[in-house]
Amino acid sequence: MTAAALTRRPGLKHIRTRRNGLYLTCLAFVGLVVVVALIAPWLAPADPNATDLGAALTDPSPGHPLGADIAGRDTLSRLLLGSRTSLLGPLGIVAFSTVLGVVVGVTAGWRGGWIDTALSRSSELLLAFPGLLLAILFVALYGEGLLAPVVALSLAYLPFVSRLARSLTLSERQRPYLAAYRVQGFSGLSICVRHLIPNIAPVVLAQSTVNFGYALLDMAALSFLGLGVPPLTPDWGSMINAGQTALLQGKPLSAVLPCVLIVVTVVAFNVVGEHWADRVARRER
Amino acid sequence: MIAGFLTRRLAGLAATLVAASFLVFGALYLAPGSPETFLLAGRAANPEALAAIRAQYHLDDPFLIQYVKWLGQMVTGDLGQSVQYRSPVLGLIEARLPGTLLLIAMSALLVVLFGVGLGWISAVRGGATDSAVLVGTTVALGTPSFVAAIVLLWLFSVKLGWFPTIGGGQGLADMIYHLTLPSVALSLYWIGVLTRVTRTSMLDELGREHVEVARSRGIPERTVIRRHVLRNALGPISTMSGLTISGLVISTVLVESAFGLGGLGEFLARSVSVKDFPVVQAISLLIVALFVVVNLVVDLLYPLIDPRVGYGARGAR
Amino acid sequence: MSAATHVLEIDGLTLRLPRTARPVLDGVDLTVGASEIVALVGESGSGKSMTLRTALGLLPRQAAVGGSVRVAGEDVLTMTPARLRDLRAGTASMIFQDPRAAINPLRRLGDFLTESARINGGAGGERAVVRARHLLAAVGLTDRVLSQYPHELSGGMLQRIMIASALMNDPGLLLCDEPTTALDVTTQAEIVALLADLRNTFGTGMLFVTHDLGLAAAISDRVFVMYAGRIVEHGPAGSLFGAPRHPYTAALLDSTPRLEAPSERLAAIPGQPPDLRAPLSGCPFAARCAYAIERCRAERPEPENGVACHRAGELVLATVREGDRPRA
Repeated sequence: MTAAALTRRPGLKHIRTRRNGLYLTCLAFVGLVVVVALIAPWLAPADPNATDLGAALTDPSPGHPLGADIAGRDTLSRLLLGSRTSLLGPLGIVAFSTVLGVVVGVTAGWRGGWIDTALSRSSELLLAFPGLLLAILFVALYGEGLLAPVVALSLAYLPFVSRLARSLTLSERQRPYLAAYRVQGFSGLSICVRHLIPNIAPVVLAQSTVNFGYALLDMAALSFLGLGVPPLTPDWGSMINAGQTALLQGKPLSAVLPCVLIVVTVVAFNVVGEHWADRVARRER
Repeated sequence: MIAGFLTRRLAGLAATLVAASFLVFGALYLAPGSPETFLLAGRAANPEALAAIRAQYHLDDPFLIQYVKWLGQMVTGDLGQSVQYRSPVLGLIEARLPGTLLLIAMSALLVVLFGVGLGWISAVRGGATDSAVLVGTTVALGTPSFVAAIVLLWLFSVKLGWFPTIGGGQGLADMIYHLTLPSVALSLYWIGVLTRVTRTSMLDELGREHVEVARSRGIPERTVIRRHVLRNALGPISTMSGLTISGLVISTVLVESAFGLGGLGEFLARSVSVKDFPVVQAISLLIVALFVVVNLVVDLLYPLIDPRVGYGARGAR
Repeated sequence: MSAATHVLEIDGLTLRLPRTARPVLDGVDLTVGASEIVALVGESGSGKSMTLRTALGLLPRQAAVGGSVRVAGEDVLTMTPARLRDLRAGTASMIFQDPRAAINPLRRLGDFLTESARINGGAGGERAVVRARHLLAAVGLTDRVLSQYPHELSGGMLQRIMIASALMNDPGLLLCDEPTTALDVTTQAEIVALLADLRNTFGTGMLFVTHDLGLAAAISDRVFVMYAGRIVEHGPAGSLFGAPRHPYTAALLDSTPRLEAPSERLAAIPGQPPDLRAPLSGCPFAARCAYAIERCRAERPEPENGVACHRAGELVLATVREGDRPRA
C-alpha cells in the first residue's frame, strides 16, 4: 500500500522543524494571537475607529501607546481589533475548503469512475487560477467585503484538500477493515462518515493548518489592495494600505507594525503546521 | 513520440484555456443584476452606451453564441472596450505591459540567482551557514511581497533616500533603477522557496552512492558538486522555477500597487475598484494563459533534464 | 615478499568513529600482491567494506585513523587531497555493489566511462573514447552503450560498464566491494569469470570483499577472514577453506549453503556479532565460540602464523559437513 503524501504548498514542504523549542514558541504565539483576537474589545484602550485629527501621526504617547495613524486613530487598538478580522477570514477559508475538500475528495476516491474524473478535472481547472486572481475576480463581481474573497479563496484552496483526501481515501479503501464493514452491509455513506473520515482527519487537518498561513497572507493581500474587508473595519492588511501615506511622510509605525504582526503570525502558523504535518507523516510511515 | 506528447499537451492546454475563458465570460451572468447594468456599473446609462455594450458582448444572441463570438474577438486581439477609459483594452494593456514584463524578468533573475546560489551554499557548506540560510528563508516564507515592499520603501526610500518612492521611470536604465526595490520585494518570498527546494534537492543527491563513486574516481569536489549533485538536483528546481514565474506574475498586482508603478498588475487592481469589468476579464485571461503555458514549458523541459522520464510517461498531471 | 611487489599493504589499521565503544577496525594487517586476487570475507558489519574504502582514502566523516595503508608504496592516510585524487584517478579504482546506484542515472554511459580520464588524465577526450571502446570490447559490450543511459541497460551490463570504467586508467589495484551481490545468479558467474579473466589480461591486483565464501574460494589466491574489525585468520584459499584453523572460519563454512548437499541442515552461528556500542575484551568471537575457554574472554589473541586464536595449536576443527567444503 502506498501511503498518500501530504500535498503541501510549494517550498514549505521542506521546512523541517527539528527543534522543539521553536515549535513550542510558535504554538504559544499562535495561542496568544487567538486569545487576543477573542478578548480584543476589552483589551483595546480606545475605539479603533475614533478619529482624533489632533493626534494624527503622533509618536507614541501615554494616550496612544503605539501612536496614531493619519486619521488620528489609535494604532494599538486597531492592531488588537485587527487580529479578529485578520484571523476570521482565513478561518472561514480553511473551514470551507476543508469541509468541501473532504466531501469532494472522499466522494471521488470512494465512488471512482466518472464522478472521480469529473471532480478531478474540475480541481485541475481551479488550479489554473491562482488564488489571488480568483479572489480578485469574485470581488469584481460581488463587490468588496469579507464574503466574496472568502468564498473565492475557499475554492482556490479546495483542490489542495480534495487531492489529499482523494488519495487518502484510495489507500484507506484497500484496508481489510473497511471491506469487512462493506461485507456486513453498511452503506458507503455511513462507512465514510463513521470510519473513513475520522481515520484520515489528522492528515487533512495538518494540511489545513499549513493552508491557514497562506490564507492569512492572501486575505491580507486583498485588504492591502482595498478589496478585502469593508473600509472602516480594522484589519492588518488594510492598516498597511492606510499607513503607507504616513510611512512616506516619515511616520512608519502604523504601517510597519501590522507588517511585523503578519510576518510573525504567518511564520508561527507555518512552523506549527509543518510540525504537525511532519508528525503525521512519521506516523503514516 | 515527442509529436504525440506535444499534441496531447497542447490539446490539454487548449481545453483548460477554453474552460477558463468560459468561466471568465460566464462570470458576467453570475454577477448581481443584468449584464449590461453590471458592465456599466452605475455609470450614466444613456441609450447609446447601453447599445454599445449590448453590441460588444452580443447580448442579443443566445448565451453560447455570445460566448463563442466573445472568445473569437479575444483570440483575434479585440479585447473589448474599457468602460472607464472608453478606449480599447488592448491598447491600455500594451502600454502597461513592458514595465510589468521587465519587473517580472528582473525578479525571476534574482530568484534563480539567489535561490539556487543560497540553496547550493547551504547544502554544501552546512553548519552555521546552513542554519543562517534556514532562519532567513523561514522569515522569507512568512513575508508576502506587499509587506516586503512596505518595509523596503521605508528603509531605502524614506530613511536612506537611495531609491524613488513612486513611479516606474522612463527609459531602460531609469526603469531598472525604479524597479530595483520592487523586484527585490517581489522576489524575496520566492527566493526563500527556491533556496529550500535547491537545498533539499541537493542534500538528497549528496547522499547518493553515485556521488561517492564520482569522488572515488578522483573527480575534484567542485566538479562532483556541479556535474553530479547540482545537475541531478535540477528536476525539482526547474519545476519550482515554473511555479515561481506564475507566482511572480500574480504578485505584481500587490507590488505595483505598493510602489505605484503603473503596470498591468496595478491596472487590474484599479479596474476592480472602479468596476471596469472588460479590463478585469482580459487581464485575468492573460494571467491564466500564462500560467498554463509556463506549466507546459516546464513539462516539456523535464525529459531534457531527466532522460528516464520520456515524453508520454508524464501525461496529464 | 618485499614491499615493492605489494600493490596494497595495510599495516595495523585502526579506525574509530565517534560515539562507539570499540574501534570499527582494530589493527588490520593485509597485503595484496601484483596481479594477485585476495578475498576479504566476513559477516555484514565486520568492517570489510570500511577496510576496502580506506585504500582509496574514502573515510567516514569524523573518523580517527591509525596505522598505515600503502598503495603502490605510498601511505594513503597521509596524502594531500591533490595526491589522493591522483591515486583515485590512476593507481587504484573501485567497483561497487549496486551498479544502478553507483552510476549517475542522468548522464550518458560514455560520459561516465571517460569522465575521470578527461578531467584528470592528460589524455584528451579522443584518447579516452578510444580507450573506452577497447575496454568495452574487453568486458563484452558494444560501442552502442556509449550514447545510452543507465536505465536502458540491465544490471549485469551496468556492472560490466562499472568494471570497464574502473580499468580506464590502467590501475595496479582494483578494489571490489561485493560486485556480484546485486546481480542475479547467472550474471554473477559471468562477472566473476570476467574479473578473473581481466586479472590475467591486465595484471591487476584485486582486493575482493564478499560474504559469499563459495565465490571467495572460486576467485581468490589468498583469503582474509574478518570478524568485528579484526583479521582472525588468513592464508592461501585452498588450505584456509580445506582446513580452517580459527573456529569462526569453521563456523562460517558450516553456515554456507552448498549446492551439492542442499538437504543438509545449515549450522547457523549462534548469537550476534558484537555491538559497536559495547567495549570488547579478549577474543571478539569468544561469546559465540563453542571452544572458548576462560583465557579467550580475558586476553586478546594476537595473530600467529595467520590465525588469531589462543587454541589454534590444540584444536582440530571438526565441522558438521566435513568433505563438502568449497575447493579453490
